[in-house]
Amino acid sequence: MSASTLQPSIQLSRAGEVTYLLRLADTCLFMGQRLSEWCGHAPILEEDIAMANIALDLIGQARALYAHAGEVEGRGHDEDQLAFLREERDYFNLTIAELPRGDFAFTMVRNAMVCTWLKLMWERLQDSSDAELAGIAGKALKEARYHQQHAADWVVRLADGTDESRRRLDAALPTLWIYTREFFDADEVDELAESTGLGPRASDLRDAWLAEFGALLDEAQLPMPKDSAFRSEGRRGRHSEHMGFMLTELQYLQRAYPGGAW
Amino acid sequence: MNAALRDTRSMRVERAWAALDEVLDPEVPALSVCDLGIVRDVLEREDGGLDIVLTPTYSGCPATELIERNVLEAIDRSGLGPAQVRLQRAPAWSTDWISARGRERLREYGIAPPGPVAQGAPVPMRFTPRRVQEPVACPRCGSANTERLSAFGSTACKSLYRCVACREPFEHFKPI
Repeated sequence: MSASTLQPSIQLSRAGEVTYLLRLADTCLFMGQRLSEWCGHAPILEEDIAMANIALDLIGQARALYAHAGEVEGRGHDEDQLAFLREERDYFNLTIAELPRGDFAFTMVRNAMVCTWLKLMWERLQDSSDAELAGIAGKALKEARYHQQHAADWVVRLADGTDESRRRLDAALPTLWIYTREFFDADEVDELAESTGLGPRASDLRDAWLAEFGALLDEAQLPMPKDSAFRSEGRRGRHSEHMGFMLTELQYLQRAYPGGAW
Repeated sequence: MNAALRDTRSMRVERAWAALDEVLDPEVPALSVCDLGIVRDVLEREDGGLDIVLTPTYSGCPATELIERNVLEAIDRSGLGPAQVRLQRAPAWSTDWISARGRERLREYGIAPPGPVAQGAPVPMRFTPRRVQEPVACPRCGSANTERLSAFGSTACKSLYRCVACREPFEHFKPI
C-alpha cells in the first residue's frame, strides 16, 4: 500500500473546553486499551472477565466523551476520528494510563490509582454546567465505584498474600507513584473549566484522592511512597516513549482502511 | 387538538409500549426492554413520528446498538412507525428501575435479582471479607448462604456467585 492511501490526521481545535474533555476521554481510552491487553492473559479466568468488563466500561465512557467533544469542537469530527486520527502530541491523557500493562500487581495498583482519580472526577462532573457532560458523569460514576473497589480489593489481597505477591506490589507502587503528581497538576485549561463551571481543576481532587488512596495503603499496610522531582506531562501532549507503539497498534486499522466500521 | 384525535394518538403510544414489551434484552433474554426499565418515554412528535427515548444501562454495553435496532424493527412490524430512537443519559439508569415482574423473571431464569441501590449516598471503599457483604439469595434453592466469586461476570451488569448450600454457581444482577 502506498503512503498516499493512509488516512491523514485531523486538525484539532485548541479550545480549552475541547482539551478538558479530551484529557478525560484519552485517559479512559488508554486505560481501556491497556486493560484489554489482558484478555486471554489474566492469571485466572474471573480476572480475565473482570478486566475485559472494566475495559469495556472505560472505552464506553471514552466514546461518550469523544462524541460530545466533537460536538463542542464543531469541526464535524466524530468519535472514531477523535480516537484514532490524532498525532501523538494531540492526545492529552494522564501519562500513567499509557504505560505498558506490566504484571498483575502493576495493573491493579495503576487501576486503584487512576480509578480513584476518575471516581472523584466523575463525582464532581455530575454538577457540570455542561448538561451532556453531567449526564455522562452520572452514568460513569456508578461504574467507576466498581472499578475502584475491584482494584482496591486486589491491592489488599496481594499485600496480604505470598512473599511473591508482596514483592511485586512493593515494586509496582513506587514505580507508578511518580506519575500521580500529574493527577493534580492544574494549568490554564483547568482554570478555564473551573471558571465556567465545566468541571474541577485537577488540583481540586488532591486532598480527596490522598485520603482515599491513603486509606487503601493503610489497609494494605503499605507505606506511602516518597515523592520525586520527576514530572510527567501527558495531559499537555508530551508523552512517554511507550505512547507511539500503542498508537501504532491502536490506529492501524483506521489509518490503513479509512472509515472502516464494524 | 380535538378529543378524538388525542385518543387515537394515545392509543398509538400505548400500542408502541406493548410492542416494546416484546423486545427482549439480547444479553438477558428473560427480560424485555420495558422490564429492564430502559424505555424512558414514548412520545408522538408534531410531524407524526414516534420518539422512543432509551437510556443505556452501562457506558460500554455492547448491546445498546442492537437494542436500538430491535426496538425500531418492533415498532415497524407493528405498523406504528415512522419512529426514531433518542438516547437520554440523565438521570442515569438504575437497577431500581427493573420492574417487579422483571425481577421475578430474572430469578426464574437463574439470575439473582439486584437489591435496592442506596440513592445519593456516597459509596465508600469497603475492605471486608466477602462473606459479610449483603447476602444474595440463591435463585435456585433460596439459601442466603452464598459467596461471591467475582464482581464481574459474563456481562458488565452481572457478578459471579456460588451457593454454598446447593453448590450451584449462579449470576447476580449487580445493583447500580
